[in-house]
Amino acid sequence: MTTTRTAMPYDEALERFEPVLGLETHVELGTASKMFCGCPTAFGAPPNTHVCPVCLALPGALPVANDKAIESTIRIGLALNCTIAEWCRMARKNYFYPDMPKNYQISQYDEPLCTDGYLDVEVDGKTVRIEIERVHLEEDTGKSTHVGGATGRIQGADYSIVDYNRAGIPLVEIVTKPVPGTDRLAPEVAKAYVTELRELMRALGVSDVRMEEGSLRCDVNVSLMPRGSSEWGTRTETKNVNSLRSVERAVRGEIERQAAILADGGRIVQETRHFHEDTGVTTSGRSKEEAQDYRYFPEPDLLPIAPSPEWVEELRAGLPELPSLRRRRLQDEWGVSDLDMAAMHNAGAIELVEATVGQGVPAADARKWWMGELARRANESGTPLAELPITPEQIARVVELVASGALNDKLARQVLEGVLAGEGTPDEVVEARGLRIVSDEGELSSIIDQVLAANADAVEKVRSGKIAAAGALVGGVMKASRGKADAARARELILEKLGVSG
Amino acid sequence: MSLTGKTAAELGALLAAGEVSAVEVAQAHLDRIAEVDGRVHAFLHVGAESALEQARSVDARRAAGEELGPLAGVPIAHKDVFTTVDMPTTAGSKILEGYRPPYDATVTTRLREAGLVILGKTNLDEFAMGSSTENSAYGPTCNPWDLGRIPGGSSGGSSAAVASYQAPLSTGTDTGGSIRQPAAVTGIVGMKPTYGGSSRYGLIAFASSLDTPGPFARNVLDAALLHEAFSGHDVMDSTSIHAAVPPVVEAARQGDIAGLRVGVVKEFAGEGYQRGVLARFQEAVDLLESLGAKVVELSCPSFTYALPAYYLIAPSEASSNLARFDGMRYGLRVGDDGTRSAEEVMALTRAAGFGPEVKRRIMLGTYALSSGYYDAYYGSAQKVRTLIARDFEAAFHQVDVLVSPTTPTTAFPIGERADDPMAMYLADLCTIPANLAGNAAISVPCGLADEDGLPVGLQIMAPVLGDDRCYRVGAAVEKALRDRWGGPLLKEAPAL
Amino acid sequence: MSAITRDEVAHLARLSRLALADAELDHYAAQLDQIIVSVARVAEVATEDIPPSSHALPLTNVYRPDQARPSLSPEQALAAAPAVEDDRFRVPRILGEEA
Ligand SMILES: [Mg+2]
Ligand SMILES: [Zn+2]
Repeated sequence: MTTTRTAMPYDEALERFEPVLGLETHVELGTASKMFCGCPTAFGAPPNTHVCPVCLALPGALPVANDKAIESTIRIGLALNCTIAEWCRMARKNYFYPDMPKNYQISQYDEPLCTDGYLDVEVDGKTVRIEIERVHLEEDTGKSTHVGGATGRIQGADYSIVDYNRAGIPLVEIVTKPVPGTDRLAPEVAKAYVTELRELMRALGVSDVRMEEGSLRCDVNVSLMPRGSSEWGTRTETKNVNSLRSVERAVRGEIERQAAILADGGRIVQETRHFHEDTGVTTSGRSKEEAQDYRYFPEPDLLPIAPSPEWVEELRAGLPELPSLRRRRLQDEWGVSDLDMAAMHNAGAIELVEATVGQGVPAADARKWWMGELARRANESGTPLAELPITPEQIARVVELVASGALNDKLARQVLEGVLAGEGTPDEVVEARGLRIVSDEGELSSIIDQVLAANADAVEKVRSGKIAAAGALVGGVMKASRGKADAARARELILEKLGVSG
Repeated sequence: MSLTGKTAAELGALLAAGEVSAVEVAQAHLDRIAEVDGRVHAFLHVGAESALEQARSVDARRAAGEELGPLAGVPIAHKDVFTTVDMPTTAGSKILEGYRPPYDATVTTRLREAGLVILGKTNLDEFAMGSSTENSAYGPTCNPWDLGRIPGGSSGGSSAAVASYQAPLSTGTDTGGSIRQPAAVTGIVGMKPTYGGSSRYGLIAFASSLDTPGPFARNVLDAALLHEAFSGHDVMDSTSIHAAVPPVVEAARQGDIAGLRVGVVKEFAGEGYQRGVLARFQEAVDLLESLGAKVVELSCPSFTYALPAYYLIAPSEASSNLARFDGMRYGLRVGDDGTRSAEEVMALTRAAGFGPEVKRRIMLGTYALSSGYYDAYYGSAQKVRTLIARDFEAAFHQVDVLVSPTTPTTAFPIGERADDPMAMYLADLCTIPANLAGNAAISVPCGLADEDGLPVGLQIMAPVLGDDRCYRVGAAVEKALRDRWGGPLLKEAPAL
Repeated sequence: MSAITRDEVAHLARLSRLALADAELDHYAAQLDQIIVSVARVAEVATEDIPPSSHALPLTNVYRPDQARPSLSPEQALAAAPAVEDDRFRVPRILGEEA
């Protein structure tokens, strides 16, 4: 643990310093089997049930590379506009650690499979190009649980117990080049990048990218340089950043922390820091100054990877529509503004709106419901929009009921509330809550009669030509019907009864 | 002649004809082991019960009319560096004392499938690092020719077992000469197949890019039969060659070398070579010529850098391969008293579990791969490897095989080089180039050195996947020398 | 001139997780020095223009299909473990974080 020096407020930090970002993202591939053996990769299996001589590093066992993992890595590289190596090797990264059975990780060193690409992300209506340094393939480690000690953390534990089910799951590492010039948007840029990357992985179908299960993990590098300077500062590497929100918080927090130290005349230590999800604080880990010597060398148990140009072109041709292009197409189709599209993207509403439109709903209606009532509710409850207990099909049904005149917007909102409360399908909620518009002319007529009788003043005004006063009478009808009356029809009937034409 | 005196091919024929049962053959060998292995110490583990069980099963299958391979029912001694589910697997190390693997090596599986009866596991230099079998944590193996001398290494238990008639066949692994050198100094045949021609899966790794399983036998044909039985493509080993096994048995049966071009490597002579070794080698070259081969002398200049390159590449790979022996998942664990960290326990375990030669090579390899030293050491060694492959390529444009003495000297006394690693390393001077380039190479007996009366080996090197040439030339030499000697060289060995 | 110092050997021992006594360090320092001086000869011929070979044979692209196969049972996996708890490998306390 290091200094608990107070952080500098973000605005002040940005006035004095410019941040430079770097992001290193690990994505667990969704292959059926591990990287170098046939063990299954499913998450959540009982401990040490997905292990074999190879992934346990028993004496004599040898790795054989998973073809799908190679293919997925190349596809990721192509989607990130990278150059695919014509010939490259896996390498051994040697260091002792109990969750790594061989005490070396099979990874890639100076010959990554994919290099020099980019990913464009949009922040605040601005496109930021994130340059990709490399995409390489490696294997995951096992998982240690620390026993004893106060916190269950590694420090102070009495001993640890290790489950190697995760050891050997294919892991793609995506490393950006340093990203300067993001200025005060740095935290948002970092978040937007990881979000975009996650969508890209989903679109490619190479990973389920569940951050909460660790299938997408992020290390965030941050350094600061004083305004006006062109020399980059010393960077820190914050590990263990496991949600999109945390990416943003980690960058912001590290800017504030480093700014305070630098402003004090202090020096940033090149180190690994750990992000604590609960507090949003980072603490110091291993100092990189006592540098590890990983003794990388080409993995002799595996042969070089030499993807043929034909195969690479075939994979390129088979890439799906990429998320940013898809968003552009949908924006055109839906005819919405950049700002609205960005709002939908940030809210995670695009797929939901698209699915709703797919049910035959006009885009404007689909957007109205998801970005209005439902986004508000998601926000209130802190749930991602996609996790609300309501489906695009159900929204489509509600829109249909409104269009047919069976519901008005106010009733429709009540229907949604009922669906979200688990009261059943929209039709079931309408039925159970009795929310159908009063369309029986006799019933409506008798309500109007009551309202006219009770509002002589307004009736007089309307008769004398002040047709605007009819609004109060319609309001009275709506109130008396508890919102179930068809307001337009009520207005027609009122004017008819009073002998004026609207 | 007793059953233990017969060759594998002879035993196979007797078994096929029903003249003898596999159980009888196995029992005869187990009796021989009981009689002599107290003095030779070729075995670390004798699996009498499991051997008899396997023999009974072969007999039953034969009785049921099943078509069996040529070695079904023939006993074999298995180097204790291949995993076996039914026997301990130690690699000659304390760190794996009593370890029982949950899976069989591919070579083990193929021995079983061929109906070979595994008598037990043989001694070796710890993790196959050595040329004398003195580096075994379980004590040295003795050379049947002179119990005070080394049987070669690292596969010294396997060479001694075959040379002392405890088994007609055995398995070995050759990383820098660990089959050919023991074969040479015990007067038997040992073959290093083309790298990737035999599977490394389940072979406890010493140096991944060099390790090659291969056969030992008392004659060339037996070696070829065993070679064929366990070689060939294996999906579990990425470096395994996807090609048919070269026609080694046919070549061993044929043994005709008329018109064959033989190259004598000029670099393998001179200082450090025992006089008697060079004399027998020269006679072998003359013999080849007399059998119709065209002999030329040629130069492979980078071969003189093979030994230093090997002593960088092999330890580098080993330093990484042996990292898994840390006392966390299997094997020895030392110093876990509840207060020490995993890091400390690993270091104490490895210090206690590894012998001096292993520690030496781990540190040497760690050094060669370290930042700042990588280019000068490991990197340069890899370039030498390229040069050696080029020398072979150029040579094989001119000749069909290359020959040399297998080893510069005959078997040395136990203890003589134990404290002098550099002297020990010289034992592999002639064998290492074939490992670095992946070539096939065999050692066949070519006589006894005059000065000490100990066996000398002739090494025959062939191109990658030219394994059959080794057998063809080996068979020709063997036949001619037997005619000259009136029998195999091994009949000169003192009775045990 | 010695190629390697005793301190460097101590560093190598640490990197290789070998707890060596002082006397052993002296012994290995002398031997390693002798070996390193001798093997350094490789640099004599290793010129710029020679490509390094990491493998014995120039093969490429060996993969297996992405198919799950049966794993070991937890009993088999844990059978040789020095210590086990809750079907996991029990190891002494770990200092520091993973790399
Ligand atoms: Mg990595
Ligand atoms: Zn596995």
